[in-house]
Amino acid sequence: MLEISNLIKRYGRDEPVLKGLDLTVEGNSVVSIVGASGAGKSTMLRCINRLVEPTSGSIKLNGTELVTLRHAELRRARRKIGMVFQGFNLIDRLTVMENVLAGRLGYVNLFQAITRRYPAADIERAFVLMERVGIAHYANKRADELSGGERQRVGVVRALMQEPEVLLADEPTASLDPRTSEQIMVLLQSLASELSLPVLINIHNVAQARTYTDRIVGLRHGTMIFDGIPSDFDKDALDAIYGGIEAPEDEPAPPAEEVHDGHA
Amino acid sequence: MVDDADLLADRVWRRHNPKQQLIRYGVMLLTLMVVVWAVRDIDIFWPWVWDAPNQISSLGARMWPPDPSRLGEIVDAMIETVHIATLATMLTIFIALPVSYIAAQNTTPNRACLWLGRFILVSSRSVNTIIWALLFVAIFGPGVLAGILAIMFRSVGFIGKLMGEAIEEIDRRPVEAMEATGASKAKVIAYAVVPQVMPAFFAIVILRWDINIRESTVLGLVGAGGIGVILQGSIDTFAWPTVATILIAIIALVLVGEAITGLLRRKVL
Repeated sequence: MLEISNLIKRYGRDEPVLKGLDLTVEGNSVVSIVGASGAGKSTMLRCINRLVEPTSGSIKLNGTELVTLRHAELRRARRKIGMVFQGFNLIDRLTVMENVLAGRLGYVNLFQAITRRYPAADIERAFVLMERVGIAHYANKRADELSGGERQRVGVVRALMQEPEVLLADEPTASLDPRTSEQIMVLLQSLASELSLPVLINIHNVAQARTYTDRIVGLRHGTMIFDGIPSDFDKDALDAIYGGIEAPEDEPAPPAEEVHDGHA
Repeated sequence: MVDDADLLADRVWRRHNPKQQLIRYGVMLLTLMVVVWAVRDIDIFWPWVWDAPNQISSLGARMWPPDPSRLGEIVDAMIETVHIATLATMLTIFIALPVSYIAAQNTTPNRACLWLGRFILVSSRSVNTIIWALLFVAIFGPGVLAGILAIMFRSVGFIGKLMGEAIEEIDRRPVEAMEATGASKAKVIAYAVVPQVMPAFFAIVILRWDINIRESTVLGLVGAGGIGVILQGSIDTFAWPTVATILIAIIALVLVGEAITGLLRRKVL
C-alpha cells in the first residue's frame, strides 16, 4: 500500500509544484495520473522514489516512511519501487539482457555487477519475464537495435526485475505510436493483476487512462482536483484539468484530440 | 509599375549594419598593426635569410647519402621510443580517469574536487612535454624514466580533459534509471556512465598514443631517452649522414604509427 500525505515540493523560492497532495493506492489497482504539462505529475512520481527530494510531507510504502530515508536505506527502499520512463532510459550500448539484469543492481554486489556474474535465479527470472513480454529472443541484441515498443518492454522488465512492491510509470507511452502504446498499456494492466502490484501511470492520453486503469487522479497546478473511477471522469473533469489558459506554464494539449486519439 | 520599382529600391539589404561594418574594419586594421609590429620588432638577421638556399644545398650535400652503419643502434632507439610512448600512455590512463571523473561537472563529488581536478588538468596542459622532460631529467637524471614521466604529465591533461568532456556529454536518463533501481554510486557509474564514454575513451587514448610517439622522438634532445639522444649526439658531432638516417627513420616510424592507429580506430570504433 502506498500512502502519500500532504506532499509538498517547491523548487527554490518559486511557487510549489506540489501543494499538499494526498493519495492512497492499495492492492493491485492501476491508477492513472492525468494533468497538463507542468501540473506536477512527473514531480509527484519522482518524489516517491526520491529522484526528486520532497520539500515536506510523508510517503509510506507498506508502512515504511520513504521521505526521511538516507543513503543505504534509501537504496534498499528504491529496490522495491520499479520505474518505467517516457524515454525508456535504457543503456543503448549494452545488450537487452544486461539492461534487464540492471534491475538487480540493488541486490548484487559491485563485483557481480561489473563482471555480469548474476545469480542463476536472477537470470532465470530475467528469461521468464522477457518471455512474458515477448522479448526473450532479443537477449543478446544491443538495446538500441530494438524498436520503441520493444525498448519500452525492456524498460518494463527491468523494473519488474527489482521485485517491486509498486510500479511507477512516467508517461510510458508518450514516445510510442498509438498502437504500440495501447499494447504497453494492456501489458501494464495485466502485469498489475498477475503480480498483484499497484501501478501508478502518468499519462496524457485520457482515452487510454479511461480504458486501461481502475482509477483516475487529476492534477492541476500541484493540487488534486479529481479522484475517481473512469466512468465518473466526464467532460467537466476534463475541462477542469486541461481547460483554461490562465497559467503561463500551462501548455494544454487540445483535450478533444486526446480523447479522439485512443478510440481504436 | 512605377510604385513597384520604388518599393524594390527601398528594400535594401545588407549583411552588416554600419556599426558592425566599422567593427570589422577596426579588427582588420588591428590585426594588420600587430603583424607589422611583430615583424619590425623581432630581430631577423636578413643576410642569413638570403643565404638560406646555399645553406640548404650544402647541408643536403653533407647529409647525402644517409649513413646506414649505425642502423642497428637506431632501430633499438626507435623501439625504445615506442616503448616510452606506450608505457606512458598506459600509465596515464590510471591517473587521467580519476581526474576526469572529479573534473566533470556531473560526476564530481563536490566543488573542491572539481577545482582540484581542473587545476591538475590545466597545470598538466600548460607545460610542454619538453619542459616536463627537462624537469624530470633534473630530478631523476637522464634516461627513459624521465621521458616516460614527462609524456605522462603532459598526457594526463589531454586525456583527462577530453574524457571529462565526454563524461559531461552523457545522456542523463540512464543514470536516473540506474539510481531508481537502488544501485549504489559505483554501480551507476559502471552501468550508466562507462558504456556511454567507452567509444570516446578508445578514440582519445589511440589519438594520444599517436601524439606520444611523435613527442617521444624529441625527448632525447634533453636527455630523456629514445631516438632523440642519438639524434642530438649526431648533430653535435656533425655526423650529418647519420642525422639523415635518423630523420628518415623517424618519418618511417610516424607513418607506421599512423597506419596502426588508423587500423585500431577502424577495429575498435
